[in-house]
Amino acid sequence: MLAKKESPRKEIAATKTLKKIMANHFYDLDEAARTGSKKIAWCTSVGPAELLRGMGFLVYFPENHGAMLGATRMATELIPHANAIGYSPDICSYLTSDIGSYLAKKTPLTKAYNIKSVPRPDVLVFNTNQCRDVQDWFSWYGREFGVPVIGVHTHRDIGQIRDYQIKDIAKQIEDLVPPLEEVSGQKFDMDRFREAVELSRQCSVLWRTCLETAAAIPSPWTFFDHTIHMGPAVVARGTKEAVDYYELLLEELNQRIESGIAAVEGEKYRLYWEGMPIWGKLRPLSELFISLKTCIVASTYCNSWIFDQLDPEEPFESMARAYTELFIVRDEAYKEQYIKNCHEFFKFHGIIFHDAKTCPNNSNNRYGMPERLSKKMGIPTLTINGDLNDLRCYSEEQAKTNVEAFIEQLEEN
Amino acid sequence: MAEEVFAGVDVGASRTKVALLNKDKEVLGCAVRKSGTDFARTSELALGEALEMAGVRKEDITFSVATGYGRKNVIYADDTRTEIGCHAKGAFHFFPMAITVIDIGGQDNKIIKLDERGRRLSFKMNRKCAAGTGAFLEEMAMRLDIPLEEMEGLARQAVETVELGSFCTVFSATEVLEKIRQGKKVPDIVKGLFLSVIKRVLEMDSLTERVVMTGGVVEYNPYLVVMMRERTGLEIMVPERPQLTGAIGAALYGMEEVAEAAAA
Ligand code: SF4
Repeated sequence: MLAKKESPRKEIAATKTLKKIMANHFYDLDEAARTGSKKIAWCTSVGPAELLRGMGFLVYFPENHGAMLGATRMATELIPHANAIGYSPDICSYLTSDIGSYLAKKTPLTKAYNIKSVPRPDVLVFNTNQCRDVQDWFSWYGREFGVPVIGVHTHRDIGQIRDYQIKDIAKQIEDLVPPLEEVSGQKFDMDRFREAVELSRQCSVLWRTCLETAAAIPSPWTFFDHTIHMGPAVVARGTKEAVDYYELLLEELNQRIESGIAAVEGEKYRLYWEGMPIWGKLRPLSELFISLKTCIVASTYCNSWIFDQLDPEEPFESMARAYTELFIVRDEAYKEQYIKNCHEFFKFHGIIFHDAKTCPNNSNNRYGMPERLSKKMGIPTLTINGDLNDLRCYSEEQAKTNVEAFIEQLEEN
Repeated sequence: MAEEVFAGVDVGASRTKVALLNKDKEVLGCAVRKSGTDFARTSELALGEALEMAGVRKEDITFSVATGYGRKNVIYADDTRTEIGCHAKGAFHFFPMAITVIDIGGQDNKIIKLDERGRRLSFKMNRKCAAGTGAFLEEMAMRLDIPLEEMEGLARQAVETVELGSFCTVFSATEVLEKIRQGKKVPDIVKGLFLSVIKRVLEMDSLTERVVMTGGVVEYNPYLVVMMRERTGLEIMVPERPQLTGAIGAALYGMEEVAEAAAA
């Protein structure tokens, strides 16, 4: 019998609980969709989930499904279905793989959870804080299912945040209430909303604390772990389960630090990942970095589900603030300062920029930032070409050579 | 005791290059072959050729380092390094100063910046498509129905330059056909193709004061260097055998490794 090749990755024990939370999330949605027991809202990943939960909706996140399509490498096969009906291969490959998945009637939920299809929405709620693609994406489903599509239109590329911007966004979120009441058939309940905001705040604080443990040298976990363990912060924020989960995870990470357990055995180099994960290549990439004794300790992407400003006392305003403060909404100067602060905190030796072909919003290498940051911070940067989901835009061999050459460069300097 | 010999093997997507160096860093033997599809065999054959030229036996090789796209396929290599590292090391060996290395390869281009001690400051690789690489010139030679070796001579005969506007190799091919239809002269078109290579390279990164050009494309088309000088107004240096730069760099890495091991 052939021995199974052992992965050098160190499994986090809390993963078991994580898997349960993710499974329950989908089972609940599936049951509600089949029986009509609860209304279902689709929401963008950094959209107003707290309001939806506070109003009794079960919340489903198409981007999470997009990431699953990427991670299972189903995306590359499904994207062409969307291309064929006019959605360009140059636009968001979450959008194209998700619509492709719907058209081809194939979903990773079937293999993972024995669920036939994604849950039918009663309403779709977007926030353009991340991009315009989400609105186009949701509008397609709105037409398909004949359900309302509502959303928040965020100011973008913001430096300093102004009061008028917050007031505007807070009002836009508040204005979602009447149409949502109509869909849910329930009156808005302020206390329930405040509770969801408070739970989301707690989840956010814990998630941030978990991420910050990577400042330890050696780091107890890596970016590749973060991309998996951020699941509850995305799909279950605003619930008690998510809060409990991150308490559990944090304890394990702190234990690892105490016992000096390194995620990357013999950690020599520490890097920052700027941009989206390459979902279909997480394993080979993570093993490549392990073989190079390099730990990716932090990333903009996984930090994107930190909503420190949430405050149940001022639920609308604080949501507006939290969803406007995000990195992706900000201007270049803010972004650079943000990465500089991360550098001071996490002490990394270099930055990898992932230029994702289909997501300009998360590809921050395109306006000269690597060159500016490298000069300002005195550390090297590397840009690799790829994509979040569309593996037709990624060459494994080329990425590997680039990464190896980058580590060689760190070694020699 | 036999002289120490260090082998560098650069298995590129298009050509495989071998260089054998003695400990004074002199090239004793070298070989260049088409890489083909069986990299292991090609690297054996190329090594055999270089050994014969050097009058050295395989057993006498002290250390071998493989680099390039097929570096992991070189069975006899003691270690591997990336082609970025090897081109940098090779170029700095010939020009030990702060330089920007431009390597135009068969299927990719690299720009590597080194400081005055030869330390790599940054590198960029174009690998999204064939634009600006040897593959582009090969494709265009085919479209124009002229042997690849004649491109250089033709470009030198050009009276004017037919500028091509497109990034994409397929679009460029269409443009070239359009130019022929318009009655443009082949030498002028070929010069336009050379210029297109240069433009693609200059888009990749900024250059520093001193530039070294390496790679097979420059070895067979030295007119590209002349054009690069004209275009940039910079001092452009070229090693004697630019195509061997990566292989020489690999051999130098081997030499360092042996010295480090001895010192440890
Ligand atoms: S931010 Fe990028 S990946 Fe996310 S939905 Fe928008 S375009 Fe797609």
